[in-house]
Amino acid sequence: MLAESLALSAALFIIGVVGVLVHRNAIIIFMCVELMLTAVNLTFVAFSRFYGAAGQVFVVFVMTVSAAEAAVGLAIIIAIFRHRQTIDLKDINLLRG
Amino acid sequence: MEPHYPLFYVFHFYLFGVIALASALAFVTRKSPVPAALWLVNTMFSLAVLFVMLDAEFIGVMQVLVYAGAIMVVFLFVVMLLNLGAPSELADMRGTGWKLAAGLVGLALLAEIMVIARTKLPEQLVVAPNFNEQQMQKLNAVGMIAEPLFRDYLLAFELTSVLLLVAIAGAVVLGRGRAAGAR
Amino acid sequence: MLLQTAELTAAQAHPLSGTMAEWVWLLPLLPLAGFVINGLLSLNGARLGPDDPNTPEHHSHSDGAAEAHAVSHAEETGSAGDDHHAVKRHRWAGVTSIVGAGVLILTFLLALGIWRAMVEAHPEVPFIQTYFSWMPAGDLQIDAAFQLDQLSMVMILVITGVGALIHIFSVGYMREDPGYPRYFSYLNLFVSFMLVLVLGANYPVLFVGWEGVGLCSYLLIGFWFNDKTNADAGKKAFIVNRIGDFGLLVAMFMLFANIGVLDFAGVSGRAIQLGAGSVLVTTICLFMFLGCVGKSAQIPLYIWLPDAMAGPTPVSALIHAATMVTAGVYLIARSAFLFSLSPVASLTVAIIGAVTAIFAATIGLKQWDIKKVLAYSTISQLGYMFVGVGVGAYVSGMFHLVTHAFFKALLFLGSGSVIYAMHAAYHHTHSGEDAQDMRNMGGLKRYLPITWVLMWIATLAISGIPPFSGFFSKDEILSAVFARAHGSTLASASWLGIPGSTLLYVIYALGLAAALLTAIYMTRMMLYTFHGPSRAGAEEEKHLHEAPWVMTGPLVVLGILTAVGGWLNLPEVITDLVPIGPREVLAHWLEPVVGAATARVAGGAPHVDAATEEMLIGVAVAIAVAGIVFAIVRLKPDRVPRKRDAVPEFGFEGVVANKYYVDEGIDRAIVTPTYAISRSFLWRVVDNGLIDGLLVNGSAAVARGFGWMGSRLQTGNVGIYAWVLVVGVLAMLGAFTLR
Repeated sequence: MLAESLALSAALFIIGVVGVLVHRNAIIIFMCVELMLTAVNLTFVAFSRFYGAAGQVFVVFVMTVSAAEAAVGLAIIIAIFRHRQTIDLKDINLLRG
Repeated sequence: MEPHYPLFYVFHFYLFGVIALASALAFVTRKSPVPAALWLVNTMFSLAVLFVMLDAEFIGVMQVLVYAGAIMVVFLFVVMLLNLGAPSELADMRGTGWKLAAGLVGLALLAEIMVIARTKLPEQLVVAPNFNEQQMQKLNAVGMIAEPLFRDYLLAFELTSVLLLVAIAGAVVLGRGRAAGAR
Repeated sequence: MLLQTAELTAAQAHPLSGTMAEWVWLLPLLPLAGFVINGLLSLNGARLGPDDPNTPEHHSHSDGAAEAHAVSHAEETGSAGDDHHAVKRHRWAGVTSIVGAGVLILTFLLALGIWRAMVEAHPEVPFIQTYFSWMPAGDLQIDAAFQLDQLSMVMILVITGVGALIHIFSVGYMREDPGYPRYFSYLNLFVSFMLVLVLGANYPVLFVGWEGVGLCSYLLIGFWFNDKTNADAGKKAFIVNRIGDFGLLVAMFMLFANIGVLDFAGVSGRAIQLGAGSVLVTTICLFMFLGCVGKSAQIPLYIWLPDAMAGPTPVSALIHAATMVTAGVYLIARSAFLFSLSPVASLTVAIIGAVTAIFAATIGLKQWDIKKVLAYSTISQLGYMFVGVGVGAYVSGMFHLVTHAFFKALLFLGSGSVIYAMHAAYHHTHSGEDAQDMRNMGGLKRYLPITWVLMWIATLAISGIPPFSGFFSKDEILSAVFARAHGSTLASASWLGIPGSTLLYVIYALGLAAALLTAIYMTRMMLYTFHGPSRAGAEEEKHLHEAPWVMTGPLVVLGILTAVGGWLNLPEVITDLVPIGPREVLAHWLEPVVGAATARVAGGAPHVDAATEEMLIGVAVAIAVAGIVFAIVRLKPDRVPRKRDAVPEFGFEGVVANKYYVDEGIDRAIVTPTYAISRSFLWRVVDNGLIDGLLVNGSAAVARGFGWMGSRLQTGNVGIYAWVLVVGVLAMLGAFTLR
């Protein structure tokens, strides 16, 4: 099952990447990032079968960080929405140099 | 190295794998955030099943509780709070050209990952085939994770807790808005 | 400074070590000190004030006016100027006079001391002092070393002796010039470099001196550089010289490539490895001769020397008569071990020398400027010297070098006196005439009697009238040519298909013809300058007088040397007949250095029998006398018009008077196309377009372009940033997968 798990994980990761590249809605992009992280979790778990519980421990960390990141990221999106009334990426370009 | 799996097992593994993949595809192709979020939840559930099938029961439960239950719920809260699901608020995806390009990039990345994945894994890291069963018998599923977490990776654990603290503080500050902001 | 002397054997030191000769390194250093001191003094008056007489608006007339102006001014008026210019004698003129001339006198005394040590010691091998390792580069080991042997001693005495006399003359001549210290500093530097040239123990040190004298020549020719013609003359001299220097460099490269050493002792020892008469040694010698052609103004690189007369007259005397132009002759004598191995190269040297001798003599026949006559005479006499060293008579060539130094310096300094007197006269009458043109002179013997007598001595010497020095030296060369034509390695060789003996007879004939022409044009010069009616004008005649003793003194000394210089190398045939003095002093002196090479070229009997030689002498004297008589009879000084009434010449006379239009031809064939290519192609296309446009501005544009591309990445659009990120990951992974 290792090979299948890895293949599935890769596919899910790629789907997440494509989603980030294609969407302009900030929320959806965020959710694609979560998908990518989950795919990585699958990889870790798949490997933990053969390499001991360290893989699963790592998954714990990934999940924790992901949760923290989601919280802060959504707070940022709320703040942006308050100012600009939009979450379309093409309107959020104050960083232009 | 892998034990022989019964057909029952394999069938269900593939089944939930396909469901996960299909849900992910559906998620990516939605324009509106709410259906997208729900599809993503579906993906999370399927993956949780896969985790359990891969002898990571605790992780599977955590996936449901934390990812699907907390993180996605927060997403939906924000969407509904800001009324982002309304048709007037929807942001389009990029044009066809962009989509094609993204597809190509994705395929290229997939190809590269598959090439890299063919490398040989170092033998000395591999544990005995029944290692996990032994551990499971010694401790239960939770103990299997807890023991390394609080022993070998204690520092990372502590740092993660600090990270969570910072995240909480950041989220509160950012989410408070102008009226009550620190001046 | 590490002083090492060359050891003959392990046990025996050089006979000159421990004597005065140990101080040979001081010889070039004394004039160098003079250069430094005078140079520092010259910095004082270096700013050109409005009353500097050398600015162009003061001197719109000929170059000669500029030089004599400075001279004549203070004589009548003291140091205050007259109505339209104030001449400013340099503040430190007194110090400069003492330092500049004194340094040379000291150097000459030191040279005398070293010479005496050499006379007592009779060294058979050169005395070499090595100072430091100059270029140790793998196989190439060149040391900074001086070599003292009989040949370099002769040159040193000529340089310092005649040089000292000319320096003393310059004190009187140039004292009123505002650039006086600068003049002496350049002159001292020249002497220093010339001494380095003749003292060098290897070709690179010689080359240092070679280049240095070229530089000083440029500086001194263009001494009054505010006048563009003078500056152009300086440039022309330097550039034409450079063409020759390329030849010398190539010869050095080839020598090193084939033998591996460049010091004279080493090369003379191993020269035979190049193969007698081989193409290799011929090529090396021909390239070396190219250097001599440039430095010593032979055809085709003689064109700079007449223009060099734009410099002050003492400079013409020292550099372009007595010393620098003879460096080529010295080089060939020094490289006798090479040239004696190659009959073809030696014949080439001789034939070019002979052709130059007669070619320049023909031009000298129609020149009106007194200095130009002497310039072409110098070119012609240098041709004789090359004939001498070309036929392997190295002693004769050097002998003619020495006597020529005497009488040519005398002629130039004498003409300096004449120009000085003429200019003083013109200044009084405020006339703008050319002070150097013979058509404005005439009958000067009444006013400058001492100069007149001395210059006649020099004229007789250069024409080859016994018993003056020029007779002995010129005759020796012609006899040597004749003797070689009878039997020698040269006679048996063939030059471009022509048998060597035929060529040598032709050279002999050309030499006689040139002697005839020399007698004619020199007598012509004397007639038009000193004899006949005065064309200078009644007013000017009242102001003509002899130069002060500081200038006339050296003339007298040179006159004595010219008269008795022949005793340096009296030929056997004459001493056998009339025992008037020691036999062949110079030949015995130079025997250790060039004797072997001379014998190698001669191959058989070095002299013809006495009867033939007496006949040759008789022929030469007869020709000289005939020339003088012809000139006196045919050229009537009273029929010469003044310069401003002169009509241009036509026909063949016009061609000769215009120097066969050689300069114009070179200008059309080489100079103008070079300018055109430079302007249209090299400047516009290469310099502006390629280097400035493409490389300099282009690289700036490329950098700007990269910067612009980079700035396009900073869109501020987060979506684009995500794209960039993913594509970057793709690329990085690609590096891993594709490896």
